[in-house]
Order: sequence, then C-alpha cells, then structure tokens
Amino acid sequence: MSDNNSAPALIGSSGDSLREAFGKELTRIAPEFPNLVVLDADVAGGTGVHHFRKAHPDKFIQFGIAEQNMVAAASGLAATGLIPVVTGFACFLERAYEQVRLSVGYTHRNVKIVASHPGLDVGPDGGSAQAFEDLAAFRAIAGMVVISPADPIEQVLATRAILEYDGPVYMRTGRSSAVRLFNDDHVFEIGKGQIIRHGTDVTLVACGVEVARSLQAADLLAEEGIEARVVNMATIKPIDEALLKRCVLETGCLVTAEDHNIYGGLGSAVAEAVTKHRPCPIEFVGLKDCFGTSGEPDELAEYFQITAPYIAAAAKRAMERKDRLQ
Amino acid sequence: MPICATVKETAFLDATAFPSVSAPDIEVQIAEAARFARRHLIASIYRATSGHPGGALSCADILACLFGAELNIWPSAIDDPQRDRFVLSKGHACPTLYAIGAWHGFCDKKESLNLRKLGSPFQGHPHVKDLPWVETSTGSLGQGFSVAMGMAMGLRLQKIRARVYTVLGDGEMQEGSVWETAMCSAHHKLDNFCAIIDYNKMQSDALNEDICGIAPLGDKWRAFGWEVFEIDGHDIPQILSTFHKAATTRGKPSCIIANTLKGKGVPYMEGSPAWHGSVKLSHEQAETALQALGCTADEIKEFLDV
Repeated sequence: MSDNNSAPALIGSSGDSLREAFGKELTRIAPEFPNLVVLDADVAGGTGVHHFRKAHPDKFIQFGIAEQNMVAAASGLAATGLIPVVTGFACFLERAYEQVRLSVGYTHRNVKIVASHPGLDVGPDGGSAQAFEDLAAFRAIAGMVVISPADPIEQVLATRAILEYDGPVYMRTGRSSAVRLFNDDHVFEIGKGQIIRHGTDVTLVACGVEVARSLQAADLLAEEGIEARVVNMATIKPIDEALLKRCVLETGCLVTAEDHNIYGGLGSAVAEAVTKHRPCPIEFVGLKDCFGTSGEPDELAEYFQITAPYIAAAAKRAMERKDRLQ
Repeated sequence: MPICATVKETAFLDATAFPSVSAPDIEVQIAEAARFARRHLIASIYRATSGHPGGALSCADILACLFGAELNIWPSAIDDPQRDRFVLSKGHACPTLYAIGAWHGFCDKKESLNLRKLGSPFQGHPHVKDLPWVETSTGSLGQGFSVAMGMAMGLRLQKIRARVYTVLGDGEMQEGSVWETAMCSAHHKLDNFCAIIDYNKMQSDALNEDICGIAPLGDKWRAFGWEVFEIDGHDIPQILSTFHKAATTRGKPSCIIANTLKGKGVPYMEGSPAWHGSVKLSHEQAETALQALGCTADEIKEFLDV
C-alpha cells in the first residue's frame, strides 16, 4: 500500500475513457507479452481493442456475437500456454457466466476478462445494457481476481498487472471520458487499496467512477468541517482487509460507493471484511437493488443517487450511527 | 481472418508420418481395451453407487480407438506442448475415460475404481486440476467442445502440429453454445479439430426425438461447414479409418457422427434410457453386467468386492 500524502487534484475531466486507456496500453505493451491474444465478440470499437486489432491483427481473434463460445475457447487457448484477454460489454459477458465458472474459474486458467460498459456509465443504451451485478457475480467464483480501476492512469497500470498475474481475472473498464485522478507516479498493485485523501471522521471506500465522486464528496464534507478519508479500492477481490481494518480503527465508520448494485459488490466485500475484524457502521451507496434506464451517465448518477452529495449524506448518516454507538 | 492466414503453413502433417493404424493386431488390442473399459466402468459405477453407465458404455469403442491408435500422447509426457489433446465433452461418461486412461497408464487401474469418492481424483465429472491428463474440466454440456476448439486455435496460432479431438453426446447437441462453436470452428477452418458425436439416440429422460429432436444431424453439421463422416461407432476398423480420413481433411474441421447403442455390451442396459443415470447398480445387476462382458467368477469378485 502506498499512501499518497497529497490529496489528488481532479486533473481533468476530458481525458481518455478507461476503455481507451486499456485498449491503447494493451496495444503498446503487447510486444512484451508474446503469448498475448485478444478475443472479441464484434464490439472491438466499443471496448477499446480496435487499437490492438489494427496493430496486432495476428494476435486478434474475432468470435462474432457468441460470448459463451468465446469465453470457453479462451480457456482452451490458455491451456495451450497463451494469455487470452477476453473483451466485451459487461452485460454480455455475464451471459457466459457458467463458462467463466467451469472453464475459467474451476480450471483456474490464465484468462483475463475485461469488460467495458459497466453500470450506469453505459448511459443512453439503457437498462438492458447496464450491468450492476458483474462484480458480485465474478467475485463469487472461487479464485477469481476482480478489479475496477478509477482513472486512465490506474487502468493502464492494471492492464499490465493483470497480464503479469497468473490466474483468472475480471476487470472493468469504462465508457465515458474519465476524470483523471492520479499522477504518473501512481502505483497499482492487485489486492491493495490506497488512501488517496486523509481524514479521521469517516472513510469513503470506492471503486471505478465512484472514486472521483467520493473525492468530491470529501470536499463537500470538508466545507462542513468533516474530515473524510477516501480509499481507492480498485481490487474488489481479494479485498485489502488490512487497510480496511486500519480505516475502521482510525475513523470508526465507512461509506462504500460503487456503480453497481449495493448487494454483492464492493459494499458487500467491505462489509464482510469489516465484520470479520471490527464491526462498525457502514452506509452503502450504489444502485438500490434496481435496474437502470436511458440517460447520460452523469444524469443517471444523479437520478440513481450515487453522486457526491449522496455520498456525503451517507457519510453523515454513518457518523451519526457511530456517535450513537459511543 | 488472421487465424486462417496460417492454414497453409500449419496444415497438419501428412498422415503417412504415423504408423499404419489399421493393422489387425492394433484392432485386437483396441477391442481388448474397450472390453476392459466396459468391465471397469461397471465396477466403478457399482462401487460409487451412482454414475451414468449407458452413455459410458456407448462411447467405449470410440475412446479405445482414440487412445489406442490415434492420439499422440504418452503418460510420461502429459505436458508436452506438441501432444494431441482429447477432451471428453460429455463429461458424465468419465468412467470410460478413467478406464481407458488406466489401461494406457495415465492413472492406476485399481485407484481409478475409486469413483465419485471424497478424496479421490476420479470425480463424477473430469477435473483437470485433479487429473491433468483429462486436459480440461467438463460436466456442463457444450463447454468441453468450446474449450477443445480453443485448444485447436491455440495450437494453430503457435504453429504446433498437433490435433484436438473431443467426444460429445447427442443430447449435448441441444446446448446452443455447441452451434456457436460449430460455426466458429468452420469459420476459422480448424482442420486440426475433430468432434466425435456419440449418437446413441437417447438422453437422460427419453429418446432425443421425444425430448427435442436433433435430426438430421449430418445435414446440420454439413450446413455449419464441417466435413461429416457417419459411421458405426462400435466398428473398430471403421472408426480407425475414419480418424485417418479426418486427419487428412484440409480446410475444415471434421465431425464423426458415431452411431452407437446406449448401454452397448450389457444386454439389459442396451437401448434403454433408464440406464443413462445417474443410477445405483445392485450387486446382482453389476454381476450380471460383468458376466455379459465375459468376466470370470474370480474377475467379478475382484471387481466388485469393495
């Protein structure tokens, strides 16, 4: 874990989307991974791997609109020593869940599943395309690593990290232009969360697009004299239990924030870890067990109450509950 | 397509590079292995008190031919990148795979009788982490076929001149992903890939045609772009000669539709979906089956005494 002592400024909001960051980095580092192959189900332009297809056509395998076949075939490709990176939209990769379970998870094959278009970040395509259960679903498969980076810099680092890791991984990217949070010296390590803003009143634990919103929430709270700590928990599994334990000891209550159902994802993973060590009040920000709808991502975030003001409100609720316990 | 671009360079080596597989002595050895497999699987399913004998018996000759003559694999080199691969996509027939594997030294004959037991690597469906030589974990119909296709792709991409074989059940044809894989294999012209369908016409509950008809099977596979061979799946010389034809087919994958008899070799099981399983065999039923398979009284005792 590397604490970043200076709270990161929001460097910009018009940066690359996470999918672009992923696709470009995968293309750039491909020569370092001679066994790398990229699998697509006719959505390369949407997942960012169109860059890879152009640069490395001999390492790009088109499966057509057939995710079940693609995921199981990835297991076979891995069995011959290749490193298959399966790409697609989160909602459609869920279609191959049983293939992930049996042919990737149970066999513990070196397959990387990288999903763009997670959660409300999908936007106008609407409820059918917005996956709010992927983190929960893939987290429940034994031995799988689950990652949701927060900004393009972290996405780039995570792209290398998953290729260097030997085992099955599910990683989210993102569709919209991403807020840049980190500097070039940012460090990403699988299984390690990071305190990216210090505070002692409450800890905001977030992943993906909710990290930027949690930092904004911390600003709102600061205006009211509340010092909120922000943790970027880019690895949902294995969750950084040591860091959570420390945050509970030092701040006494938590808020989790994710672009995902509040059931089964980051919030649940955090709650499982915290109750194991030192139970404390936790408030959960995310989709409240509902499906999405059409709209722009920012509008949707507001509509489904996962923006900074809602995170800040949740922080105050958590603090009130903490006070009642004392 | 990128993968297709390598077809010519990696076209599988000429079948003449292998010794003749049609020699009568090999056929005799294969028949002996199949007979052993049928006895062994009856014994292991009896000892397990559950299992799927019908579909295990129907594919015994096919697996005996594969391991006895076609597959370029050795127990001493199960991780050799150049080896051929075999995936039992109809994973519930694994007692046959374990028995044939034992016959050829991939596992122990006695230990592999310890089927479906806690602590035994011989699970109710094959698991590659328990037994690396089974190549992948199966038991969810359709998936083994797709994984096997991925192996064929991976070998071709790495210019490894090995072949991939997989055995599917006929009920497995009802899984939609089978046809995704069928379409994809032909699109990528995977002529290093051969699927064998154990066409015993029956599935768990009844005849295929009464559950969800799969006929005309040959026409379906031809329409999906495969080279199709329709054969008697219990005729060892015919199975072997068809493997040879499949191995010399260029530019498309091969599908061998092996017409078989469910429960083959055990008269009271033959042609009856009741023995698809998972069933518990009584001592008397197991004994009758082993007698039909030509076991002596001593052999029966050895197989069945737990």
